[in-house]
Amino acid sequence: MNIHEYQAKEILARFGVPVPRGKVAATAAEAYAAAREVGTPCVVKAQIHAGGRGKGGGVKLAKSPDEARDLAERMIGMKLVTHQTGPEGKEVKRVLVEEGCDIASELYLGVALDTALSRPSVVACSEGGVEIEEVAKKSPGKIIREAMDPAVGMLPFQVRRVASRIGLAQDKVRLLTPLLQGLVKAYMECDCTLVEINPLVLTGDGGILALDAKMNFDDNALARQTAIAALRDPDEEDPKELEASKYNLSYISLNGNIGCMVNGAGLAMATMDIIKLYGGEPANFLDVGGGADKERVAQAFRIIVSDPRVQGVLVNIFGGIMKCDVIAEGIVAAAAKIGVQVPLVVRLQGTNVEQGKKILAQSNLSIITADTMAEAAEKVVAAAKA
Amino acid sequence: MAILIDKSTRVVTQGITGATGQFHTRACKEYGTQMVAGVTPGKGGTSFEGIPIFNSVEEAVAATGANTSVIYVPPPFAADAIFEAVDAGLDLVICITEGIPVMDMVRVKRAIEGRSTRLVGPNCPGVITPGQSKIGIMPGHIHRPGAVGVVSRSGTLTYEAVDQLTRLGMGQSTCVGIGGDPVRGMGFIDVLELFNDDPDTRGVVMIGEIGGSSEEEAARWIQANMKKPVVGFIVGQTAPSGKRMGHAGAIIAGGKGTAKDKIEALKAAGVRVAPSPALIGQTAQEVMK
Repeated sequence: MNIHEYQAKEILARFGVPVPRGKVAATAAEAYAAAREVGTPCVVKAQIHAGGRGKGGGVKLAKSPDEARDLAERMIGMKLVTHQTGPEGKEVKRVLVEEGCDIASELYLGVALDTALSRPSVVACSEGGVEIEEVAKKSPGKIIREAMDPAVGMLPFQVRRVASRIGLAQDKVRLLTPLLQGLVKAYMECDCTLVEINPLVLTGDGGILALDAKMNFDDNALARQTAIAALRDPDEEDPKELEASKYNLSYISLNGNIGCMVNGAGLAMATMDIIKLYGGEPANFLDVGGGADKERVAQAFRIIVSDPRVQGVLVNIFGGIMKCDVIAEGIVAAAAKIGVQVPLVVRLQGTNVEQGKKILAQSNLSIITADTMAEAAEKVVAAAKA
Repeated sequence: MAILIDKSTRVVTQGITGATGQFHTRACKEYGTQMVAGVTPGKGGTSFEGIPIFNSVEEAVAATGANTSVIYVPPPFAADAIFEAVDAGLDLVICITEGIPVMDMVRVKRAIEGRSTRLVGPNCPGVITPGQSKIGIMPGHIHRPGAVGVVSRSGTLTYEAVDQLTRLGMGQSTCVGIGGDPVRGMGFIDVLELFNDDPDTRGVVMIGEIGGSSEEEAARWIQANMKKPVVGFIVGQTAPSGKRMGHAGAIIAGGKGTAKDKIEALKAAGVRVAPSPALIGQTAQEVMK
C-alpha cells in the first residue's frame, strides 16, 4: 500500500526525521491560509501517488499567499501526468503547502529489503533529486548499500560509514545519525517495504531536511498496522483492483484483450506468458487463491468480464487445495447471472477435475474446453480474434 | 534416498485444529506420510482422527519422536510457530502459511541463523518424495517416484510441471516448493546442493520467478558446482515492470530481476531453459534421456 507525501512526512517526523513545515490543503482557500501559516516563499506540491510530479507541473514555487492560492486553484482537480501515472494521469485532490528552503546540495536516502541477505538495507547516494533508477544504470558505483542486523538496528558506526562513502562532511554525521536511525526504525516498526527520501537536502544554514518522502507498506502487515491502513486513499487505486481486493482476489489490470482467471500467482504469470507466446495480450493478472469458494470465483469472473477491452476469457486451474468443481460452479453461476458475451476457454486439471468438467458440460453454456495450457492459450487467442 | 523427507520422516502438524490443517493432515496421512502428532495450544490431550494433539511442539516431540513439522498456523501467529519448531530442535520445518508479514520473516531468518533446523517456505506447497512421504498441500496423485528433482518458487506452476513430467514417464525423486515470499528458508542453492549429492536424483527441474536475484545466484552456483543436468523455467516474462503479481517476491524494480536477466544467467550457466511453461516436461525429457 502507498500513502501520500504529506502523510509519509507526518509519520517520519514522529521518528525524528526533520521535514519542512507544511500543511495539506484540499481547496484554494485552505492553500492561502496554509501559505500564510508556513510563510512565503513556499512550495505548492500536488499530492498523488506517483513520482515525477515536478516535471509534470505538480510542484510550483509561490512568492505570496495569493500566488499559492492561484496555484492550488489550478492544481486541484487537474489530471497530473507523470512517467509513473500512465497517459491518463491522476486527478489531484490535495496539495501540500510547504515552507521554501535554501538548498545547498541534494542526496538520496532510502531503506528497502535486501533479498539476497534477507535484511533491511539503507541505500544512499550522493546524487539526489533525480531518478535513482537512472543513477543505478549510469553509475552504479555511486549507490551505497548498508544492510543492518534486525536484532540491533542501524548502528552509529554504520551511519559514519554511509556518510563517508557518500562524501558527507564530518560535521554532518551528527545530523545524519538520528535521521538515519529514525528512518530505519520507521521502516521496521511500520512494516514498510520501502522508505525513500529523495531528495534529502543540506541547507544553506547547515541543516538537513527531508524535502520529499515516500513510504510503501507490506499489505500482509496492514492487519496490525491499523493507523497506517486507515491512510489508504481509494481514489488512488485502480477501481477494479480495489473491487477485487474486497473479495481477497489478487487482481492487476493490464492492457491486453484476453482476461485470465488462474489459481496461484506462478501459474497466473505462466498463463499470461503463454497467451503472449501464442500472439495474444493478457488483459489482467488474477489469482483466485487457494481457498476460494463458489462466490469468490463468481466475483472474479464478473470483474474480468466487466473490462470492456476483454475479447476472450481463459480460465486455467490446476487444482491442489482448489477444487475444480468449485471453480466450475462459480463460473456457471456467474455466467448465468451476467451472461457471457465473449468466448470462454476453460482448462481444468487436478483435484476433482472430472466433477468440474461434468458441471461445465451440463451447464448448456458455450464453453470451449482444453486439456493442456498450451491448447487453452491457442484456442482463446484464436477465438478472441474471430 | 531422495532428499529432505522419506518414509521414515515423522511429522507433527502445527495448527492441526484449523480447517486447512485438518484437510491436509488427513490427505497426507492417506498418502502414507507418518503423521504422528498435532499441536494447537490449549487443545493438548485431545486427538484428530487418531493423531494425538499436544499444547507445544516440545511435548509432541518428546511423546512421539517427531522430527519434522508442517505449519498451517494463520499469518499473525506463524512466525511464532516457526520459532517454536526450531526451538524444539526439529530437523525440518515446512511452513505452508501464506501472508506472513515480511518483517516477521526477517526476524525469523536472523534468529535461526546457525541453527541446524532447515526451514522450507513460507508461502509454499511443501515437500513431497513420491511414493514415500507427502508433507504439504500438493495433489499427491500427479506425482510418480523417479529420478527428477524439482525445486520451485511457485505452487500451482510446480503441479503443472510435475504433471508434464509424469505424463512423459519421468518420475520425481523429491519436489521442493521453496515459496514465493521475498524472505524464505531454504533457497535454490540449498536444495540444488542436496540434489547434487543425492544418488537417486539424475537431473533437476528448477522453476524461478521474476523479482529478487536468487535465480542469478543459483546460476553462478550451478556453473561452479552442479554435476547433473538442470532444466530451468522463469515465469513472469510478460509481467509489467513495477507491478506486484501476488507474490511479494515477484516485483521487478529498475530493470533488475527481470525474466530476461534470469534466463540469460541460467543459459550462461549451461541450464536448458524451457521456452514455454507448456514445454517444461518436454525440455527435461530432451536433456535427461
